[in-house]
Amino acid sequence: MISISGAILEIKNLVTSFKIRGEYYAAVDGVSLSIHPNEVFAIVGESGCGKSALALSILQLHKGSATKVEGVIEYKGRNLLAMRDDELNGVRGKEIGMIFQDPLTALNPLMKIGAQIEESLSVHTDMNAAQKSERAHELLTSVGMERPNLVYSQYPHELSGGMRQRAMIAIALVCRPSLVIADEPTTALDVTIQAQILDLLRQLQRESQSSVILITHDLSVVAEMAHRVAVMYAGQIVEIAEVGELFHNPKHPYTRSLLASNPSLESTGEGLLHVIKGMVPSLDRMPRQGCRFAPRMPWISPEAHESSPVYHTVAPGHEVLCGCYEHFRFE
Amino acid sequence: MALLSVEDLKVYFPIKGGIFARTLDYVRAVDSVSFDIEPGQTVGLIGESGSGKSTTGRAIVGLSKITAGKISFDGEDITKYVGKNRSSYRRGVQMIFQDAYSSLDPKRRVLDLVAEPLRNFEKLTKAEERRRVDELLEIVGLGPENAIKYPHEFSGGQRQRIGIARAVALKPRLIIADEPVSALDLSVQAQVLNYLKHIQQEFKLAYLFISHDLGVVKYMCDHLLIMHRGRFVERGGRADIYENPTHIYTKQLIAAIPDPDPEKKDDSMARRARINQEYETLKTMHYDPNGRVYDLRAVSDTHSVALPE
Ligand SMILES: Nc1ncnc2c1ncn2[C@@H]1O[C@H](COP(=O)(O)OP(=O)(O)O)[C@@H](O)[C@H]1O
Ligand SMILES: Nc1ncnc2c1ncn2[C@@H]1O[C@H](COP(=O)(O)OP(=O)(O)O)[C@@H](O)[C@H]1O
Ligand code: SF4
Ligand SMILES: [Mg+2]
Ligand SMILES: [Mg+2]
Repeated sequence: MISISGAILEIKNLVTSFKIRGEYYAAVDGVSLSIHPNEVFAIVGESGCGKSALALSILQLHKGSATKVEGVIEYKGRNLLAMRDDELNGVRGKEIGMIFQDPLTALNPLMKIGAQIEESLSVHTDMNAAQKSERAHELLTSVGMERPNLVYSQYPHELSGGMRQRAMIAIALVCRPSLVIADEPTTALDVTIQAQILDLLRQLQRESQSSVILITHDLSVVAEMAHRVAVMYAGQIVEIAEVGELFHNPKHPYTRSLLASNPSLESTGEGLLHVIKGMVPSLDRMPRQGCRFAPRMPWISPEAHESSPVYHTVAPGHEVLCGCYEHFRFE
Repeated sequence: MALLSVEDLKVYFPIKGGIFARTLDYVRAVDSVSFDIEPGQTVGLIGESGSGKSTTGRAIVGLSKITAGKISFDGEDITKYVGKNRSSYRRGVQMIFQDAYSSLDPKRRVLDLVAEPLRNFEKLTKAEERRRVDELLEIVGLGPENAIKYPHEFSGGQRQRIGIARAVALKPRLIIADEPVSALDLSVQAQVLNYLKHIQQEFKLAYLFISHDLGVVKYMCDHLLIMHRGRFVERGGRADIYENPTHIYTKQLIAAIPDPDPEKKDDSMARRARINQEYETLKTMHYDPNGRVYDLRAVSDTHSVALPE
């Protein structure tokens, strides 16, 4: 896949496997991609495609020991997968920030928001108490809290869903990271709050010129936020392109199917939505050879697929996995 | 005549407190709303979480106690009925829930789950019952072999379709669908929405389609009700709401829909910033001094907005 030097993060042939009944199965199966400075890079796909497994691999945040992460993840030239834990801890939260779908999993329920920000500052800086408090207030203001002083001394459960998400963003940004990984940051929120959070993320990204990996299942969120986008299916990237190119010239059957099944794009209320047959296979049933999407388009002849699919360059920066895209039509 | 007519519906929940657990105040979950649903129509009920959508739906099917107001079905006041007397009404109105999993008893087979409403209302022989269940499963795209399986053996979309099969078993005329696809992936969601449209034609069904997803609602509904703080801020046809939103709250809601065209991303961000500002300056005009939404007033034949006199 494309590998442009000057990338801030470069993932090479990442394989993340989970142990199920004594055997390892890859949930991320040979992903390579690079993230450029100052870009929002979206990863989109249905649930179970391996998006979170990929995101958690970068900082090795997988819970449980039955996880194997192989390949290379170079952050500013240093392989994160080869780092010792203490080295990695210096990167986590400081260089790379993480935002999750559910802020309650990331926030400490027993600690006031202000104290949580200050704790993070204590780990990564040698600011004194006054400086930390000032920076905490500044952060709470910058993530759009209406009453930062109040929030500073509140516990997570005292905040609304949108405010908790803002608090988590504040904590992720404590050290002005150059890369932020946001895994479904707005999926649980109402549409008006989602819009506020996305606008906030975009504004902060522009100001800080950091890079963002935005993981979502929502194509409209991709359209609004991303510069480039990778479409993930069954552990692989099936298509990668600039966002305009992907929406106007989608190639892979999975990308085209996702776009055709989106009611927001079919606004007239006429006609039926496209249905993708079957479902995302579970890890132990996933086809490991050939085109993994083939079983979900049985009307496309088997000869259309490659036995060992490779990436085809459609346009500069636009790549598609498997040659079947040239033969795909809707049923 | 309207199939369903809701007049001045109020559902208040007491807030208890103090050592004697006295009622201190009420949550006005639904605070005087009125609307009609015509046979075969799909009416969308939209609003942020906590706005009172589910309570409205639950009140219609009798799952929430009504504080005041009147609900008529087929011209008959059904609020006066209690318990068993509601049963003929209950046949005609069914509900589909967001979380099919928790609304399906995990210990029962699909056959029993789908047959349950039939057993409650119709005396069928085992063979007739099985035939009806197979028909219903076919309508929602599940083969008869699924009848002997348990809910956990199905994917989320399939479970939602089992919920739909159950809801249509008695050939209802109105289905209250409360966020029926909110928990589903896009492709599965498409499947369920298609089935809902398909059975609508098959059974001449009307829907009250409750959702916070404005894309889905636009696709499904002819008529929309925008709910905020237990009241309607605006109602109208699809074009009224999406192209000419008038209440400041509706404007904010519509502006929040992410634009699926990547070229427009800066426009929509700028539009949102402008509308948020407008909201700040106009909110005192769009709500009464207590923050309550005004009564709806017609601005055209199809379009009403909650604005002061
Ligand atoms: N800790 C784990 N152990 C076993 N399987 C897992 C684990 N985490 C995720 N999986 C499986 O890996 C696949 C990818 O999951 P995930 O990365 O969470 O998908 P996504 O974020 O795209 O929804 C799924 O089949 C999921 O069930
Ligand atoms: N059984 C109940 N007891 C007390 N309050 C309730 C109950 N059900 C709902 N509410 C409250 O009523 C309001 C409306 O809730 P709901 O109808 O569920 O909203 P929505 O479906 O629009 O998210 C909320 O403030 C909610 O907390
Ligand atoms: S980036 Fe921020 S948190 Fe990190 S060392 Fe510098 S000042 Fe401290
Ligand atoms: Mg995930
Ligand atoms: Mg609800």
